[in-house]
Amino acid sequence: MQAFEYVAAQTVPEAVAVLKEKGQQARVLAGGTDLIVQVREAKRDVDWMVDIKAIPEVNVLTHDSQNGLRLGAAVPCYQIYGTESICESFPALVDATKIIGGTAIQGRACVGGNLCNASPAADCIPPLIVLNAICVIAGPGGEKELPVGAFCTGPGQTALERGEMLVALKIPQPSSHSSSYYLRFIPRNEMDIAVVGAGAAVTLDAAQETIVSARIALAAVAPTPLFAEEASALLAGREISDAAIDEAAAAAQAIARPISDMRGTAEQRTHLVGVLTRRALKGAIQRVLDA
Amino acid sequence: MPEKKEYKVIGTRPIRHDGVDKVTGRALYGADFHTAGLLHGRVLRSPHAHARILSIDTSRAEAYPGVKAIVTAKDLPDAADKVADLGEGAVHLKYLCDNILASDKALYKGHAIAAVAATNAHIAEEACALIDVAYEVLPPVLEVRQAMEPAAPLLHETLKTGSLGETAEEPSNVASHLQHKKGDIEAGFAEADVIIEREFVTGTVHQGYIEPHNATALYNPDGQLTVWCSTQGAFTVREQLTEILQYPISKIKVVPMEIGGGFGGKINVYVEPVAALLAKKTGKPVKVLMNRADVFEGTGPTPASFIRVKMGATKDGKLTAAQTHLAFEAGAYPGSPVGAGAMCIFAPYDIANVLIDGYDVVVNKPKSAPYRAPGATNAAFGSETVIDELAKELNIDALEFRIMNGAKEGVKRADGPVFPRIGFIESVEAAKQHPHYTSPNGKKHHGRGVASGFWFNIGLASSVSISVNPDGTINLVEGSTDIGGTRASIAMQAAEVLGIPAESVNPSVVDTNSVGYTAVTGGSRTTFATGYAAYEAAQDVKRQLIARAAKLWEVDEEDVQFADGEFSCINGKEAQLSFHDLSARLGETGGPVVGSAAVNPPGAGGAFATHIVDLEVDEDTGKVQILRYTATQDAGKAIHPSYVEGQIQGGVVQGIGWALNEEYIYNAEGTMTNASFLDYRIPTCLDLPMIDTVIVEVPNPGHPYGVRGVGEVPIVPPPAAIANAIYDAIGIRMTELPMSPDRMLKAMGKI
Repeated sequence: MQAFEYVAAQTVPEAVAVLKEKGQQARVLAGGTDLIVQVREAKRDVDWMVDIKAIPEVNVLTHDSQNGLRLGAAVPCYQIYGTESICESFPALVDATKIIGGTAIQGRACVGGNLCNASPAADCIPPLIVLNAICVIAGPGGEKELPVGAFCTGPGQTALERGEMLVALKIPQPSSHSSSYYLRFIPRNEMDIAVVGAGAAVTLDAAQETIVSARIALAAVAPTPLFAEEASALLAGREISDAAIDEAAAAAQAIARPISDMRGTAEQRTHLVGVLTRRALKGAIQRVLDA
Repeated sequence: MPEKKEYKVIGTRPIRHDGVDKVTGRALYGADFHTAGLLHGRVLRSPHAHARILSIDTSRAEAYPGVKAIVTAKDLPDAADKVADLGEGAVHLKYLCDNILASDKALYKGHAIAAVAATNAHIAEEACALIDVAYEVLPPVLEVRQAMEPAAPLLHETLKTGSLGETAEEPSNVASHLQHKKGDIEAGFAEADVIIEREFVTGTVHQGYIEPHNATALYNPDGQLTVWCSTQGAFTVREQLTEILQYPISKIKVVPMEIGGGFGGKINVYVEPVAALLAKKTGKPVKVLMNRADVFEGTGPTPASFIRVKMGATKDGKLTAAQTHLAFEAGAYPGSPVGAGAMCIFAPYDIANVLIDGYDVVVNKPKSAPYRAPGATNAAFGSETVIDELAKELNIDALEFRIMNGAKEGVKRADGPVFPRIGFIESVEAAKQHPHYTSPNGKKHHGRGVASGFWFNIGLASSVSISVNPDGTINLVEGSTDIGGTRASIAMQAAEVLGIPAESVNPSVVDTNSVGYTAVTGGSRTTFATGYAAYEAAQDVKRQLIARAAKLWEVDEEDVQFADGEFSCINGKEAQLSFHDLSARLGETGGPVVGSAAVNPPGAGGAFATHIVDLEVDEDTGKVQILRYTATQDAGKAIHPSYVEGQIQGGVVQGIGWALNEEYIYNAEGTMTNASFLDYRIPTCLDLPMIDTVIVEVPNPGHPYGVRGVGEVPIVPPPAAIANAIYDAIGIRMTELPMSPDRMLKAMGKI
């Protein structure tokens, strides 16, 4: 493993200053569950690790029905699924945080890190997309906000510019008769990275017969996680039916641009987009009905 | 031998002698070894699957601060001389050496090219990146059928096919062709009413032991070489080192550390000679550890194979003929387990007409190494699937069909041996009567499958010595690496002879200077052969103690009887002493008692297993979930039933992994793209049900307690049993391993 410098930043400006000065040679360290492994396996060249865990803003976790959820960038997974109100309001995000790594990893790994690592297969990103998350980004020029759908720009690539860091994620409170669901396909029952992931959020009418709106997002079928815009839009105003869900699944398949690799073939992935989109939508709808 | 015998120790479940050390983390594994002045070694590996090595320039790496030595193949004794000196055997020696450090060609991605010793592991790693190797990249050959094509690129320009005693004129990737023949194959098929012929493909799989390979070497100034390592056999490491290094065997001591799994993969040496070369060059102790990618890319997996099986039966269910073509990938150098696969493939059945052809073929993958019943699992995937198909075609229960055609005592295997008393039929009967098999199995997309398997097991040499302590305990010294609880199973056999509890035995696995020659822990031989040696050494102790008792009582030795741990006088004189009490009186009767035995028992007993599996197929995703699993097996005699059960369960789990997800995935350049436990998918506990076991005991006449080996055969049936269950669930015959979700989707026509 290469030698590197370690900085434990105490404030956002301090972290931003180091990130600005060192540029590509610096990398934010939060849970480290991706970064340390990448450096150990010589897949990432990092001279400066900027530990942000001591910064108060990145550890914030607040949720109320007025302001929704504010999730500090370094809040570990276990705190998310350990908070009852988050489980009720943002079940897709909870689904993802429960399947990232094992229990020990979930004590360290954070949603912000999963997003910044920008893996096309990241489990947290489809839930963030369907839940309309906003990224709060600090940089040399101050703070700015960016919809999560615009954050990832390629495998391992993000919209963060030199000196910028993710501080928090803001997720609006879903309206009533809403729920969400995330699932992935893996060959085993644990330990694997998603061959395909699919997240869905739905809002039903008061009678719970019609879909008012839906959002579908996919992982591991393109260079970045995808928002399935057309598939989502065609469900708006439709009665809950297998036909509507099948149409959405087909539309989701149409935007998948998967590759073949050691985790799955392109044909398998395209097929699974259909299967998982159906299952995610049905799962989200069922959660509304069960609520 | 009596079928039912009462034992005091054998068949009980004492706590293993090495248990406390292991569960408290005190047991010392190779990576734990430390000594003053230790240097750390790192191996540079080929980035190409097939390339000529044009030059190696180590000057930049040598200049790197902290680097103490660099070695390449040039530091091994000259390969050319070995050819001149050693004749035909030299070919193998060159292969052996070239697999340690490549001399002229890199034959697989991960092939060791050079190694660095430095003051720490990080420096050694950085220095490896500074070694400049010029390669001429050649097209790789990555699949056995492709390698057998006459136009295929050649791995070895000098390799010519040896076929039934003849050597071919032209070089080829086919190292050898073997054949076993029994009866008249044409006549056999002519007799058949139903003939099934199918082709099968199996993937390259790794043993997947948790502990990576490791070795620390030190040369004393007097020339004594000591190597501490993780191995299935310290003596085989010593033998390989003496050959590879051309160094006197008496100057090499190998110290076996605790082992974190081997399954056949820790018999061949890899980093041991490299550590020795670096130690010699630096004059310091040097430790070389592999990481997981090194293990996948640089050590022997068990090979991929292409198998054609044709079997025929009469309409009343009698197998009349069986034929197979087995083509196994040897990896970079000859030596696949095709021979063992050929011995096992039709062994469970009494078939009059058999023809078996086997081909050992080199490809640009790591040289294959043994893996738990090597070759037999590949072979059984083919034969046991065809057996299932025949049974279905004939409308005969699959287990009944096996019983109707099952091999028994006196049946001759196609490769020659005649079976002594074996327990195949009994293992199938046990499965047939099991509540699992008789339970209903009717849910949609649920399937049930069965398959059987055979592994011959081996004997080979083992040595044991026993010294009697004055408190009635014994120290038992052995040379068999304890992988699966054999300290306990060996100790229990000595304890049974001496009428003492298992806890009164202190077993030690020692280095090559401290015990007689003992072959590897492999071939399911250890409880059988080293147990046999322990039995004989204990008999030696017993004879000596009878003499001591006779001396004490001033009677003839014939007048002393030993039973149930008590020595007694049987000539009318009232005298009795327990083993415990007599052991306290050795000083006054002539001094210490040490018993020993060296054995090479010929009567290894073949092992048979029959498995039942229930599973569910997700028709949308192609994923297979194992729901229930039952394994029956003839153990001969289970010395420690818990470890027999553990071996069965472990073998089944590895077989399930092989069946469903495990495989080396290669890109077109011959790079394994899944060289980690993340993407090389061995089953986790969340993928498995409890594996139920049924131990059948048909004693092996070749062992005093009836022991057969148990460790290997349980891996043989799972892939075929699972394929048969998938057929039962969805009506599709899977003929390629692993039966991973993408292959399942393809087979179902979904993609």
